[in-house]
Amino acid sequence: MAPSTHVPGRVVYLDNAATTPLRPEALEAMLPFLTERFGNPSGGHRVAREARLALDEARDEVADVLGCGPGEVVFTAGGTEADNLAVLGVVAARGGTAVCPAAEHHAVLHAVLAAGGRVVGTGPDAAVDPDQLAAALDDLRGEVSVVSAMAANNEVGTVTPLAEVAAVVAERAPGATLHTDAVQAAGWCDLRTLAAPADLISVAAHKLGGPKGVGCLVVRAGTPLRPLLHGGGQERERRSGTQDVAGVVGFATALRLAAEERAEAGDRARALRARLLDLLQRQVGRVVVSVPLERALPGHLHVRVNGCEGEAMLVLLDDAGVCASAGSACASGAVEPSHVLLAMGVPKAEALTSLRLSIGRATTEADVVDAAAAVAAAAAQLRAG
Amino acid sequence: MRVLVGMSGGVDSSVAAALLLEQGHEVVGATLKLWGGASDSGCCSVADVDDARRVAQQLGVAHHVFSFTDDFDEHVVAPYVAEHAAGRTPNPCIECNRHLKFDRFLRRALVLGFDAVATGHHARVAVTQAGFELRRGADQAKDQSYVLHVLGQEQLARILLPVGDLRKDEVRRRAAALGLRTAAKPDSQDVCFITASGGRSAFLGARTGLHPADVVDRGGAPIGRVDAVELVTIGQRRGLGAAGGTGRPRYAVEVDVPGRRVVVGDSDDLLRGSVQLAKPSWVDTPPADGSAVLAQISAHGPALVARWATGRVAWTQPQRAVAPGQAVVLYDATDPDRCLGGGTAS
Repeated sequence: MAPSTHVPGRVVYLDNAATTPLRPEALEAMLPFLTERFGNPSGGHRVAREARLALDEARDEVADVLGCGPGEVVFTAGGTEADNLAVLGVVAARGGTAVCPAAEHHAVLHAVLAAGGRVVGTGPDAAVDPDQLAAALDDLRGEVSVVSAMAANNEVGTVTPLAEVAAVVAERAPGATLHTDAVQAAGWCDLRTLAAPADLISVAAHKLGGPKGVGCLVVRAGTPLRPLLHGGGQERERRSGTQDVAGVVGFATALRLAAEERAEAGDRARALRARLLDLLQRQVGRVVVSVPLERALPGHLHVRVNGCEGEAMLVLLDDAGVCASAGSACASGAVEPSHVLLAMGVPKAEALTSLRLSIGRATTEADVVDAAAAVAAAAAQLRAG
Repeated sequence: MRVLVGMSGGVDSSVAAALLLEQGHEVVGATLKLWGGASDSGCCSVADVDDARRVAQQLGVAHHVFSFTDDFDEHVVAPYVAEHAAGRTPNPCIECNRHLKFDRFLRRALVLGFDAVATGHHARVAVTQAGFELRRGADQAKDQSYVLHVLGQEQLARILLPVGDLRKDEVRRRAAALGLRTAAKPDSQDVCFITASGGRSAFLGARTGLHPADVVDRGGAPIGRVDAVELVTIGQRRGLGAAGGTGRPRYAVEVDVPGRRVVVGDSDDLLRGSVQLAKPSWVDTPPADGSAVLAQISAHGPALVARWATGRVAWTQPQRAVAPGQAVVLYDATDPDRCLGGGTAS
């Protein structure tokens, strides 16, 4: 076993796919709007105008990174709201059926089910299976109003070739709105290209170094959408409620920095991930990689550790100061068999051996060495029991 | 010791965790998510997990949630349904203790490096020269040794029951003194996976289907009908539509699910002098053939004098309404707090 550099009490955070630490630059940009510049951007006086200026500048910044016009950015209270607005908002505006693959985040999956929509099987890599999607669209011919396909999967990290999805939709359900949940992808991928075919794009700030509780839905001009929240008509009547100016400013700052650092951060994460996987394969053994690394987000490493229940693994890793994830957590905090792994065709018992280690910009070489050693020690203990 | 405390979100397990901390143990809390479906009465709702977590936070101990819903369905819910479908009277709490709390959970704790698990059950584990004893809780009215009779030596060696020495009011007093949010929480009632609103009939109706049946007297003469033969329990008097010609109360004395038939009879027809025990399980060695025991057929019923021989419990005075499937738990005739084990009435 490689010598561990673990210092007692040190925390190794490898759950960056769940959430990321707030970047200091974002915090700094936010602070004035949590203190002296407290205005409501909808007002007509100088205090309001200060807030309005910050909101407008943030909107320009977000639009620039995402490749849309400022008027197409609708700020929301995070990714789940953006996903719900996309699915339910289009169905409310157009009627018809919502369609999504089975490996979508619950924010899309449950919204589609709530709207009485259709869930389509995925391929073994959790990405959209064009044939199954085409068959479903044919079956629903003329009735499909919105197809939702995530830009990158939050659990296993698979990046979806959205252009392929868009081509299937254009051929089989012309005129249907295409939504992409880019919450997991936004910190790593250039959405100007990846999400270019989408009419609606969901992004959340906290996955990329911004604060929790803020995000946006890009609504391309001409996309039919009814609001979920009615009130003062903010966000061009698409999302009422006084904007979270500080949150939006933090979001824009983090998103811009992530875009600027994208290439370098991606290379760095890939190198750390390769090292981590190498250590796991040598020290832990019987580790199955869920998605080929070249198809996954740079920071994502999702594996199944043979003979080790994820729920027990997490407890031992937590004891060792290593923060990781075992799949989708339910409201109570229990680990449930992941719907993503099940959609990929992984048997339930094996799905319960999932371990997701997700690298972020603060992750170091020492982190991955310690994490691998901790997983090895935990696996030895669990396999002996 | 490193102890993993099963915290249900109730007052007993909250105080159990607090007592273990006071005794100097290293304590971690865990709540078991057992039932994946709707619940309003039991121990695995999100609200109960919240209570357990908040108590753990207050005590300054780590808290985990373990999802054993598949095991629970396989070992507790499915057999419960099958037993009812066969016209028997199951006790799911016993199966949960046997397969979940003191098997799945205990094994999980041991593999995680804990020395023992603890729960808030009202019973006691005593250490003697001969081994471990399972004894009734200090609060006789709350005693839960009946549902724990499936524990053997190997398990008892790894189990702590810290509130077993306390009366319930003392448990609540301690919880209140510590300011625990669960201090005044009502005791859990009934079967945790059955909702109060739907009851057994809605649950079993959805899982296995319910069937109407004829109610007949012991001579086979029809008396009435019931809507769901699966819900009739031996000894039941109500809902049988059987006032009876004699004016005496009538009781279900036989439930024949496949035959869609309930036989009713007099109170005396419910008497059984002896019963064969299936699936016997012993705390230590089985009682010697011919020995005197105290036999108890419900969680808080009386333990009555009986003789144990060749797998059979024979009461000195015949017992009323011993339903097939019910657990019969034996206690030491000379040391009535000592649980010997038990089995299922055939």
